[in-house]
Amino acid sequence: MKWFSISRFLAVLTKEFIQMRRDRLTFAMMIGLPIVQLLLFGFAINADPRNLPTMIDLGDNGPMTRAVISAMKTSDYFKFTGYVDGLADGERALRTGEANFIVVIPPNFERDIIRGDKPEILLAADASDPAATGGAVGALRGILNVVIRQNLTGALAGNTPRASPFSINVQREYNPEGRTSTNIVPGLLGIILSMTMVMITAVAIVKEYEQGTMEMLIATPVRPLEVMFGKILPYVLVGYVQTLVFLAASFAMFDIPFTGGKLAFFIGFNLYIVVNLALGFLISTVAKNQMQAMQLSFFTILPSILLSGFMFPFAGMPGWAQFLGAGVPATHFLRLVRKVMLKNAGIADVTGEYMALATILLVIGLIAAKRYRQTLD
Amino acid sequence: MTQDVEIVIDVKAISKKFGHHTVVDNFDIRVPKGAVYGFLGPNGSGKTTTIRILCGLLTPDAGSGTCLGFDLRTEPEEIKARVGYMTQKFSLYQDLTIRENLDFVARMFSIKKRRNRVDAALENLGLADRAHQLAADLSGGWKQRLALAACLIHDPKLLLLDEPTAGVDPKARRDFWNEIRRLSKQGVTVLVSTHYMDEAVQCDSIAYIAYGKKLIDGPSASIAQQVGLTTYRLEGLHLADLEDRITGQPGVVQVARFGTGIHVSGTDEAVLGKTVKKIATAENRRWSKQPAGLEEAFIYLMTGSNDNFATPDRPQQ
Ligand SMILES: Nc1ncnc2c1ncn2[C@@H]1O[C@H](COP(=O)(O)OP(=O)(O)OP(=O)(O)O)[C@@H](O)[C@H]1O
Ligand SMILES: [Mg+2]
Repeated sequence: MKWFSISRFLAVLTKEFIQMRRDRLTFAMMIGLPIVQLLLFGFAINADPRNLPTMIDLGDNGPMTRAVISAMKTSDYFKFTGYVDGLADGERALRTGEANFIVVIPPNFERDIIRGDKPEILLAADASDPAATGGAVGALRGILNVVIRQNLTGALAGNTPRASPFSINVQREYNPEGRTSTNIVPGLLGIILSMTMVMITAVAIVKEYEQGTMEMLIATPVRPLEVMFGKILPYVLVGYVQTLVFLAASFAMFDIPFTGGKLAFFIGFNLYIVVNLALGFLISTVAKNQMQAMQLSFFTILPSILLSGFMFPFAGMPGWAQFLGAGVPATHFLRLVRKVMLKNAGIADVTGEYMALATILLVIGLIAAKRYRQTLD
Repeated sequence: MTQDVEIVIDVKAISKKFGHHTVVDNFDIRVPKGAVYGFLGPNGSGKTTTIRILCGLLTPDAGSGTCLGFDLRTEPEEIKARVGYMTQKFSLYQDLTIRENLDFVARMFSIKKRRNRVDAALENLGLADRAHQLAADLSGGWKQRLALAACLIHDPKLLLLDEPTAGVDPKARRDFWNEIRRLSKQGVTVLVSTHYMDEAVQCDSIAYIAYGKKLIDGPSASIAQQVGLTTYRLEGLHLADLEDRITGQPGVVQVARFGTGIHVSGTDEAVLGKTVKKIATAENRRWSKQPAGLEEAFIYLMTGSNDNFATPDRPQQ
């Protein structure tokens, strides 16, 4: 007996399409959801992030500069992660996500302060996440003020200028206007896809068990893989349609850029859809009825929203949350989409995300395959 | 069984547990080719579970056997391709039309000339003009007929029918059984579970199961005798009073109303006979000894046995 019959697979596929077409409400929801979510989440969501990775481009090495650095190290807002060498290196660190901020301390910083020449500190920020950038300028100003006041003691104490002794020049990279929607919208794609893909797959499969049709189905010679692919493929197409609707709507309404590699996006996007379908499949092996499938799916949506860096900047989350977040597919897809859409990234820049998604897929797939039964036991 | 008859279902000592409860317990059955085998038992006795094991939907925890010569454990695919299984609960797609359902099942069995097959099935069913109606919109009885048509579409050699006529009107039930007998004449073997006595008597043989254990197995004509029940009929007025009075008398195991009389049955013929004659003489009633019937036998068997999970012990016999 054959292990995979194309004609049986096509029969399951056709059946699934017919059922999908008849279920108008669900179908409308699948298409309407991206638009509704886009409108809802397009509004600003603010958070109070901490410990954002920051690197320093050191142009000066006096005692005051060192004091600035040590103050930044103890600050809650920034997390000092190292030095960069020149602007190009800083640019790279921002693009790969190694740093959210680059602080450039100009040469002769200390001398200029003492002379009252108002040196300019450059704060280059990855503004693709504006919630994180927002507070940075204020935090940096606070730190510098304290340090300078403490250091200009003794003879120079008297001539502390009334106006700020330096200026901060903020350079927003990737999202020059600091719009929240620019960051939220690409991330939202990850949330919507995971919401529908996981839930629809789980429900579609559990429904077969709940309505008893699975008993008829597995009493025929149909093979598990034929059922699995036949049931899942239609929903992959739904994911494509959702993405198209979503991208079209976000370009039209929010004027989101798409600067990076289309292929890099396409690969990641397919990988992400498959991960979510596998997750839905896994849920269907656990849930006893459609209600449970729904609730379990919803349960997986929460971490996608809260721990993925969608709501709060990932780097600003406590360690345990980052650890959990790393296991959430949306985390990696979000990074990938932001990199590609906003930061001009290509395939080479997102291989890390591919690897992470592939690893999650492997783990989920193995568990699901182990749990799937060809019998009713 | 005679030696020269091909045995289509041959299982030995199969058991199935759900959690701690043994739902099928050490079950054997041998069904010869072309037989119509009735499968009886109270609700929850394990009929559906046994049938599922026979068609490879459940793996038995113990025991082994063959269906159509294929091993239950190792060749379920071969069995599935040749068996028509009609589930107790309607299991076709409610949101597909009648034709789409039949077509889908036909495709699952990779049937050649599928269109013709499906057309013929629709014609046979008398549903050709309603082929585009959703299965959900059919009445209960029609759903059963559709389900039977679907499980016959690949010309199975063995039919496993799980309460196929539940909720079907008498006329349709008769048609149904005519169809079953026609198939049986063509050499199709049928195992059918039912709660209807008029259907049980139409079977060549009957297996009776309770608490997952097979209690009785044999030609349907010999069942009553196997059970060992003697029945007397008492007639006259005030039957309700009589019923109350006679219940619990020596030798009386079961009292049931049948038309204008009551049937009093027991396993100890001598004691029961004495009791019946005493009452009949005292009240001046007509009495007669009845040939033991299937129905009484089964009511007797079912008394005190409800569900596998209700009492884990065997029923008192
Ligand atoms: N998947 C399952 N998990 C746990 N218990 C089960 C399962 N399937 C059946 N049972 C239990 O096994 C027992 C036998 O069930 P089964 O459906 O085989 O009975 P049945 O003889 O077909 O009853 P009925 O005449 O009501 O159809 C019941 O007590 C039922 O609750
Ligand atoms: Mg049953």
